[in-house]
Parts: sequence; C-alpha cells; structure tokens
Amino acid sequence: MVVETTHPLDVYLRETGMHHIWCTGCGNGILLNSFVTALKELEINLDKIVVVSGIGCIGRIAGYINTDSFHTTHGRPIPFAVGVKLANPELKVVVISGDGDLFAIGGNHFIHAARRNMDIQVICVNNFNYGMTGGQQGPTTPLNISTTTTPYGNIEHPFNLVHLAAGSGAVYVARWTTLHVRRLTESIKKALQKEGFSFIEVISQCPEIYGKSTKMGLPVDFMNWFKRASEIQHFSDPAKAEITSDRIPLGEFVDIEKPTYETLLRERIIQVQNKMQGGA
Amino acid sequence: MSEKNRALSGKHFYSGDLACAEGALAAGCRFFAGYPITPATEIAERMARRLPQIGATYIQMEDEIASIAAVIGASYAGLKAMTATSGPGFSLMQENIGLAVMTETPCVIVDVMRGGPSTGQPTMAGQQDVMQAKWGSHGDYEIIALAPSSVQEAFDLTVEAFNYAETYRVPVMVMMDAIVGHMWEKVLIPPLEQINIKNRKKPTVPPSEYMPFKPDKDLVPPMAVFGEGYRFHATGLTHEEDGRPRTESIKVQQKLVQRLCDKIRKNSDKIVKVKPIMMEDAEVAVIAYGIESRAALSAVRKARNAGIKAGLLKLVTLWPFSEKQVAEIAKEVKAIIVPEMNYGQLVREVERAAKATPVTFLPKLGEEPHRPEEIFEAIKGGI
Amino acid sequence: MKTVTETKKLWRKPLDADKIKQPQAEIYIITDRCKGCGYCIAYCPKEVLEESEEINARGAHPPKVKDINKCAICGYCTAICPDLAIFVKEKTNEQKEAEKNERKE
Repeated sequence: MVVETTHPLDVYLRETGMHHIWCTGCGNGILLNSFVTALKELEINLDKIVVVSGIGCIGRIAGYINTDSFHTTHGRPIPFAVGVKLANPELKVVVISGDGDLFAIGGNHFIHAARRNMDIQVICVNNFNYGMTGGQQGPTTPLNISTTTTPYGNIEHPFNLVHLAAGSGAVYVARWTTLHVRRLTESIKKALQKEGFSFIEVISQCPEIYGKSTKMGLPVDFMNWFKRASEIQHFSDPAKAEITSDRIPLGEFVDIEKPTYETLLRERIIQVQNKMQGGA
Repeated sequence: MSEKNRALSGKHFYSGDLACAEGALAAGCRFFAGYPITPATEIAERMARRLPQIGATYIQMEDEIASIAAVIGASYAGLKAMTATSGPGFSLMQENIGLAVMTETPCVIVDVMRGGPSTGQPTMAGQQDVMQAKWGSHGDYEIIALAPSSVQEAFDLTVEAFNYAETYRVPVMVMMDAIVGHMWEKVLIPPLEQINIKNRKKPTVPPSEYMPFKPDKDLVPPMAVFGEGYRFHATGLTHEEDGRPRTESIKVQQKLVQRLCDKIRKNSDKIVKVKPIMMEDAEVAVIAYGIESRAALSAVRKARNAGIKAGLLKLVTLWPFSEKQVAEIAKEVKAIIVPEMNYGQLVREVERAAKATPVTFLPKLGEEPHRPEEIFEAIKGGI
Repeated sequence: MKTVTETKKLWRKPLDADKIKQPQAEIYIITDRCKGCGYCIAYCPKEVLEESEEINARGAHPPKVKDINKCAICGYCTAICPDLAIFVKEKTNEQKEAEKNERKE
C-alpha cells in the first residue's frame, strides 16, 4: 500500500474547488467519480464541454469539475443550458442536478427541453429528498416516509422519472444506482456521444439525512438497499419502472433517434436564407 | 442576408416595438428568447422573423423565467442576447435578473409597461414598473434602465442598452411604456458603420492566470466566454475573484456586493443621460420620461408662450437616477413638476434629490398620459 | 505411469505462464481525503482492504491493505470511492524490482 497525495483523475477536478463538501458516503461523490471517468475514457476535449448545475448539494458539482461551468438559480439549469447550446452548438452541454431542482421547481423546463429534443444531457441525482436544506420531502420521496416537512408520513405519490422523461420525448433514458458505477459510466459515455435530449437518473444515497428517516443511516446500509432491490432489465416499460423498497428497476429504457431542435433550426435557417437570396 | 447587412439602414415607419427589435439587431443581438405578452409580443414576432434571416437564433421558451435563463446562458456562450416582456413577465424574471447581476452577465431586458398591478390592463399603458426595474430582485444591486419617449429613441436607446450591457457587464432594462411601444412614427436607421457599437472586454491573460471576477480599474472584469479554454466557474453564490463560492466570508460578501454596486455608482457620470430643454433660465422645471415627456414638452412650450419661464428635464436614463442633475436644477428653480403614469414612483427620487425645492406630483392611472393642459396648469401653480 | 508427486510438478507451471501474468497490484490511498464511508472495504470482491486504526485529518479511519496478493485489479474501489481517495494500479517495474530485491534478502 502506498500513501499518496494525488489521484489520476485530479486533472479533471478544479484545484480551487476540491475537496468537496459532500458528506461521508454521499452518492454525489460517486457520480463525480463516474462522470470524470467517463470524460477520461472518451478523451473529451475539456475546453468544449460546459457543466451546468442547479441548487442542492449536487449543485456544487459545477464548481468541482475542471471545465467551463455555471451554477444557476434553483430549477433553472436546463433553460440556461439551452441558451448556451443554441448560442454555440459546438459545445457539449451537460446538466447535473437533483430531483427537487429538476422536477419540482424545474419540472416545466425539463418537459419542454425533452419535448423539443434539445441536444443536452441531463443527469439527475435522485436521493429522494431535499438534502441541502435538511431533509424535506421532494417529488420523488416515497409514500409514507417521514421527512422534516412530512412529520406524519408523506401522503404524495412520487414521480416515476424514467416514465416522465420517456413521455416527454427524451431519446435516451437510463437509470442506475451509484452501486452500479461502471454501468453508470457507460451510460454517461453513451449519452455524451448521442445527439438529442438524454436523461440519466442516478439513484443515490443520502445516508446523513434521508438515511436517518429510513433506517439507512450508515453509508454501507444505504448502499445495501441498492444491492438488495436492484433489478436490471433493459428496455422494460418505463411506465412500470416505479421504485419501491423491494424493487429498483434499472437499465436503459429508451434509446431512439429523432431530429434535434438544433438540426431543425439549422435547416430552417438555411431554408430562410436561401429563399431570401432566391427572391432578391 | 448576413451579419454585415443586419441593420435595415434607411427611413422607416415603425412602431416602438418594431424599432426596438431593429435596434437590437443593429447592435449585434444574435439571440432572443421570449414569451408572448401584450404589449411586447410584436418584439418577439419581429425577432422570430428577422433572426433566422441573419443566421441567428430565436426561441420561444416555455415561460419568462426560462427566457431570461436562456438569455444569460447565451450571453455566457458569447452572444449579445435579449428578451422582451411586460409587467407580469418582468416580475417572473426578477430572480434571474439577480443572477445576471451577480454573475455580471451583459444582457438586455425590454419591459413594455402596461397597467398593473398583476394582470391589470394588458392593453393599456402605464409607467408602473419603474421602481421595480431598480428594486425588483432581492439583495443590494444596481442596474441601468433607459426610457424611450419616441419610436426613434426606441431604436437608439436599444442600441445604447446593448452598449451599456457590454461595457458594464450588467443587465440593462429598456422601460418603454406601451404607448411608445405601440405608436407608429418615422425612424431613421443609419448605415451600420455609423452606429456606435461596444463589445465586452476580453481577457488579456492566458487561461491559467484568468480570474473571472477580478475587476479592472473601472471595476468591470474582462469576460471570457465558454468554449475558449478558460474553464472558469460562475455561480450565483457569493464568490471570490476566481469564481469559487465563499458563502461563509463576511469580507468576500462586503467586497463583492460593494463592487457590483460601485461598478455603476462610481461610473454614473458616464452612464446618466438627461436632455434639458429650455432649462437655461427656467423658473419652473418639469421632470418627465417616456411618453409623459412629450406631453410635458408641449406644456412647457405653452407656458413659454404665456410668458412663464418653464423648462423640461427629460430623463433618458431612469437608473442610475440623475441625482446630480436634479439637485442642480432644484437650486435654480422655484418648483418642480413631475407627471408620471403611476401613483408615485420616480417622483420619490426627484424629491430626495431636490431637497427643499417643492415638488408637485401629477399622477395618472389608466392608459392616457397627461394632457399638456393639465401639466400647464400645474406649471402655472408652481410660479 | 507417473507418481502423484511427479504429475504435481507439471501443475506448478501453467503452459501459458509466460503470456498470462498474475496481477501484481499496488493500492494507493490518499489518506486525508478519506471520509470513512467503508464502500471500498465492504464491496471489494476479494476483501483486500480493512479499516485501519489510524485517524486521519477528517477524523475517519482510512482503509489499509489486508492482503495485497488477493487483489485482482478489478478497480471497483477506484470507481466507487466518493472522495477519490483510493486507486489501484498494476505495480510499476520499479516497484516489482524493489519487491523482488526485498524477497531475496
């Protein structure tokens, strides 16, 4: 064993940002590891990729990755990313945010960007609650769970995010847990190389906060839920992909081709300009 | 049609909305994200038609919040970007206006003002959003706001708005009341080479030395854009000069908030624009902006014909407020009249700057500006 | 017919021993990054790691190697660490030489 001070992936991380603020065992750290591993394996040009995050613990990730990055207001990374992509379509634009940011306050932006098939990649780190503010319910909190704002138990049905993404028109939809870190890296690589609106749901542990309401307060205990309940079946029906305490359906759910907004826009602009020249 | 012939140089008969859109295009705007709202819809429609002609992007977003977020994104990716809305949409945009201020994003927001509050009178003009332009978002900050009073000014001041935005890395509001927005007048668009256009300062150091929020002497940091190898981070959190969040430091918060405000306050001499008319020997001054300044000019001329030494100080910039200019004329005149199409907004700034000089406020709610006769009566009363 | 002892002698050196090398792993631990989540220890398929007694700057017990010879360089510890505090690599030639020399002594 060698005691070291640097890691081979450090070149993908910002010296001014690290070390990250995330708790012991936080799934955000695993997603960070997985994402930069994907960048490394794809040999992505780090000057041509922009990471956009929203508000939440995962929102800090934009400050940790060594690329152009932006940390927006709550719920707004997707429209910001749309502006960046349309202004410079040469850039790869990735949104990394949380379940509340993307699907509560940001829900409207998600469905429209998916509908338009914007060429952006959205990674949602779903830890079933609002961790940064101390563990309130969110749109993915399961029924009956006690959180700080559902002290008597949650009475709301949670979203099935892969169903929502598929229904909104995303061309690539996948779900993995942080335990399945390698398959997650493969999905991230696939999404980065695919044109169109990609959505990856990362089921993530929040042992310090969500774990305390659900008797999974130790990192390994939380991870063991993923180990016990995960079921991988590619291209199963997104409508039946609800997450329960006994079953976390994983895999790729959608992988289709559809013209992107950027392609259609480019074609239309050429059409308009040709017509003007023809008419002149 | 290309970038080079983006300006429709020549004489035109346009509405204020159309002139505003053409002003944006002449200034080099290549991104518009918006949402339909009376009375600003025509700006979006004009941009939807014209931007593809010059190979640029128009997108109708799902709401005004998405619109301003997309504008900030496009600006950070290097384009001059704009959105246009009215009161209700302007309210929705406030949080992200704060983000634009905090991240020092050059952008232009047009508010074609209508009757409020709330849904109010969508098809009737007002000047009820002028305080909101400065104070609408939370926190301490400064912005620049301009008020066109004619269709020609709708063109000229939109170009100016982009110039201010690029120079000071700040969101700039064009507060155009719906009368100016919807009226039709002659407008002259100069050849592109004759239009003064400013662009944001670019970094002069290599990426390894670049600090995205380190200001120059003018308190404005040079702006790198995405995709050029600078790999910088920008956040709405209180941040250091190198961009990293510092939410626990009192010193960093003080330094940052003061600089963001001083950037405008200390440069206000270069920013504030007023047009004094017949003020040299005036004994009564009318201070007005937008469509009201035209009624006021008529009233001042009437007063002069009746032998009263009246003058008009037309405000071109609303924010930063022209404190110096108002304080100076307050020393020279016996009374100040302020007609506004609201129930008391910018008059409060006038009172503050005018100190002991009596200020008479003329409110007007509901579509019509003051008649020149009404202002003339007030001028007579001021003597 | 060969005796059992004689045939066993044939077992010790596989015929493709020159082509297929057994992984010789080296595990690098950035001890002060570790927050003590325990994933590398719990999920290593060969149980190569265990919690050390040492307390690092964060107040956590970083892992230590129990038995390096069991490590198959699967890289799961490297991939799963939320703090990028551990990574595994094939031993460098220098490290292999150093170990050989150590064994000789």
